[in-house]
Amino acid sequence: MQLIDYSNARPAVESDVWTHVDDDAPLPAGGPATVSLERWQASRDELAGRNQPLGVRLDSHERIDDIVADLPRFDLIALNFPNLNDGRHFSTARLLRERHGYGGRLRATGQVLRDQLDPMRRCGFDEFDIAPGKDAASALPAFDQISVTYQPAADARLTAAQLRRRLPESVDVAD
Amino acid sequence: MYAYDSLDETLVRERAVQFRDQVGRRVSGELSEDEFKPLRLRNGLYLQLHAYMLRVAIPYGLLSSDQLRALARIARRYDRDYGHFTTRQNIQFNWIKLADAPDILDELAEAGMHAIQTSGNCIRNTTTDQFAGVAADEIEDPRPWAEIIRQWSTLHPEFSFLPRKFKVAINGSPNDRAAIAVHDIGLSMLHGPTGETGFRVWVGGGLGRTPMIAEEIRGFLPANDLLSYLEAILRVYNIEGRRDNLYKSRIKILVSALGIERFRELVEAEWAEIRDSSLRLDEAEVSRIRAQFAPPAYEVVDSGLFAAKRIEDTAFARWAARNLFPHKQPGHAAVTVSLKPIGGVPGDMSADQMEALADLADEYSYGEIRVAHRQNLVLAHVPQSRLYDLWRALDSLGLATPNLLRVTDIVACPGLDFCGLATARSIPVAQRLSERLAEIDDRHDLRELTINISGCINSCAHHHVGHIGILGLEKSGKESYQVTLGGSSAEDAAIGKIVGRGFGADEIVAAIETIVVTWLELRQGDERFLDSLRRIGQEPFRAALYGTG
Repeated sequence: MQLIDYSNARPAVESDVWTHVDDDAPLPAGGPATVSLERWQASRDELAGRNQPLGVRLDSHERIDDIVADLPRFDLIALNFPNLNDGRHFSTARLLRERHGYGGRLRATGQVLRDQLDPMRRCGFDEFDIAPGKDAASALPAFDQISVTYQPAADARLTAAQLRRRLPESVDVAD
Repeated sequence: MYAYDSLDETLVRERAVQFRDQVGRRVSGELSEDEFKPLRLRNGLYLQLHAYMLRVAIPYGLLSSDQLRALARIARRYDRDYGHFTTRQNIQFNWIKLADAPDILDELAEAGMHAIQTSGNCIRNTTTDQFAGVAADEIEDPRPWAEIIRQWSTLHPEFSFLPRKFKVAINGSPNDRAAIAVHDIGLSMLHGPTGETGFRVWVGGGLGRTPMIAEEIRGFLPANDLLSYLEAILRVYNIEGRRDNLYKSRIKILVSALGIERFRELVEAEWAEIRDSSLRLDEAEVSRIRAQFAPPAYEVVDSGLFAAKRIEDTAFARWAARNLFPHKQPGHAAVTVSLKPIGGVPGDMSADQMEALADLADEYSYGEIRVAHRQNLVLAHVPQSRLYDLWRALDSLGLATPNLLRVTDIVACPGLDFCGLATARSIPVAQRLSERLAEIDDRHDLRELTINISGCINSCAHHHVGHIGILGLEKSGKESYQVTLGGSSAEDAAIGKIVGRGFGADEIVAAIETIVVTWLELRQGDERFLDSLRRIGQEPFRAALYGTG
């Protein structure tokens, strides 16, 4: 697995410290671990009592409705993209960040290719589990190819309209 | 028209560089065709039967003369000296090499153009009335709002991987010339009780396999809430829309499955959450954009010459009666430049014609050209005193066929001559029909009668909303053409009804002629075909075509 971590100022290729536990496998004794949404729902109390970083995995058809109240318990939410055409989790990511104030790590998994990285980041993802067979390091420039954004999203970038509004001010006001 | 500032320009240039990189990775084998396909598609590049086709965006159909010259250069350098204008106000080049595509995009970027989102499962070019800003019947100019939607929808990070393509149309007049009822979202401009600008919003219209007329989702949307409301609709669609079946993934299927009431509840609930966000339009930005669509400084003109020439020259009078549209500004007219010569290929234009028309636009119409969704072009600001000279120039270029909205103003898709999806040819049928029906129109004055021919069920030529629609299918290895009657994309929008069994390629022209001749015997006064049909129904036509009563 090759992971791009963009939780800091610059994206970097990192190794994954998380254990992704299958539904029928026992939880590791220590260390950060993710479980499926189903397992979280089935063994919420047991998992919540485990004093280790916890993450939950959602497949593309799964909704966040049932975990909204539990968001503070998660250090990682992994949203899966089973194929190039299934863009539901672009909306999920924005809702987590912008509406529900989720502040933990948000990871894209599955068919994550370099040409989706920038829109994913704009929607609030900060970790990218690059699809098998693809090189993560050579994908890093993909975040910087388009510098202009026309619409507000989950990132902090100013939109073109906001820049246009500020431009005259920045000329007038010395800072 | 809207002129790019440095931000707009930067985005288009960066997108061209990004696409060059994507093509490079495909050519090197780093990307498989499966991986490359969604990338090239969201940049207008299709792999067709004989070559790649590149669809270039013409936002809401508006072009400067220099942009038309750039298209002419591209047609000459990279295609076979022509381009094909589409029903969504764009242009397609049919003979493109993959390796040339990045250079073409660079040339387009130089002219402030691009191919962003002209295909793929994303928000497509927002279309509007070709007479926007000049139509005498207009409530308000829809183009500033179309430009606002263009910017919001361009590379929208959340809506770049929708269940299916998504098309928005906006109309500024009570008379619908933008076919808003058959779009995923249709917007019609109106003024609220205190005169404030707003939109009536329609959702879930569309053609294709399952044609549907849109439903009204909101009677009045204040204009500054436009983007938050669009975002709410798109978000509900992105989350709830079907992804298991390509043919059931358009928003119309979702709206019809949930019912408009339930769909409206979901959208309004989402909207309540985001209405007071930074999506609310800023007055200064709206004014900045609006100012760029201000009318040109029209001269006061004497229309005496126009009246005299119409009496003097009957060919000019006929063209003027048919191809001019009433203008807001006294003494001016909006001219439709027909791309439907009798027997020609609908919507095709040669590089020479493009360059000549760009010069005429500079000379007669403030350097501006529009693309109409019936695959014609428009010069929108011509002083009446200069119409005669313009007409002579257009006529010498083969661009003055007097047939706007008439039976030879046929809309046709590229069909099986080019398209990888087509099941039958459209162009040769259009050509033969045009030749045959031109004679009948000359003799009997058929007035407004629209014919639309699609070469497959995807209905790129909008056959469902032609007064006469023709759909080319393949039946046991042979082309078979199904005929629908009674469609309309105007304010009286309707989906045409199938008249009966289909016709072979050698029968279809005679069948349409039979319909027209049958109608001639039944029409009352000067009613349109569509009005006669609504009065008398399909039976007389069935009887004439199939001998059944």
